[in-house]
Amino acid sequence: MSKGKNNIKLSVFELRIKKDWCKGCQLCLVSCPQKYLELSSNLNKKGVNFIQGKEKNNCIGCGFCFFMCPEGCIEIYQK
Amino acid sequence: MKIKFSRPKSLIDVETHYCAGCGHGILNILTAKVVDELGIRDKTIGVAPVGCAVLAYKYWNFDVCEAAHGRALAVATGIKRCHPDKVIFTYQGDGDLASIGMAETVHAANRGEKITCVFVNNACYGMTGGQMAPTTIVGQKTTTTPLGRSPESGEGWPIKMAELLSGLKGVSYSVRTAVFNPQKVMQTYQYIKKAFINQIEGKGFSLVEVLSPCPAAWRKTPLDSMKWIEDEMVKYFPLGVIKRE
Repeated sequence: MSKGKNNIKLSVFELRIKKDWCKGCQLCLVSCPQKYLELSSNLNKKGVNFIQGKEKNNCIGCGFCFFMCPEGCIEIYQK
Repeated sequence: MKIKFSRPKSLIDVETHYCAGCGHGILNILTAKVVDELGIRDKTIGVAPVGCAVLAYKYWNFDVCEAAHGRALAVATGIKRCHPDKVIFTYQGDGDLASIGMAETVHAANRGEKITCVFVNNACYGMTGGQMAPTTIVGQKTTTTPLGRSPESGEGWPIKMAELLSGLKGVSYSVRTAVFNPQKVMQTYQYIKKAFINQIEGKGFSLVEVLSPCPAAWRKTPLDSMKWIEDEMVKYFPLGVIKRE
């Protein structure tokens, strides 16, 4: 992790989620050790509350959400 | 930007038809990831079953053959004997492998066919609406056992396929695993990889039994289904390597 403005730790990882593929099963949400993921209050094309990253990115890139997602809609990129 | 975790190349970039929280999605990805990692995409032939994973050929980006209900291992035997240099695997559910295809399964294993078999055990017939399967655990409520499966009333005990097949001489690798948390998913990935390596090295039949959730047929949420596997299913179906040669 690198330190940004005001000494806030910034994650070097970025989650890219295909929100229209998400079926809202929440398996990724409970498996995240950083509690980074949350359910959106908006609906996707399927009409379910899709998964999204919280405002403050504290992802450590462990890949647990990637392994648990049955749809394979989560990909993790490293800056 | 560097990709750290991405969809495997052996997986076509399409949405799946599985229900929310279904274990098939996780296992389709794991199988594709193993094929990618071993670099055998051009010589892998999968055999898809009848069941919820009947459309698996729409998701895998390598050759897949569709077999009649329960006959995936019989079809795989034919393909393997015609193409001994190819890597053949079957991907079957419990209705396919343990019920209608029991004879094909036992005899393919007994002949020691050099095939990898991924067996998805979700303790019910998921596609047809959650009826009792041979692997339904005692006391589990299904649409055909509304009071719970009871051996006393003639419904029998659940079949432990991994233990049953491990007694046969032709089986070189028999293992049971689950997908209820990320650690187990990664372990499942290692077991499936080992089963593929066994086949490449010319050892006998390899079976990987995976305890997988079926939230729709169990009438549970995806999270409760995972918890149910961890709390209830694992008691009857112990995890671990049952046979390795």
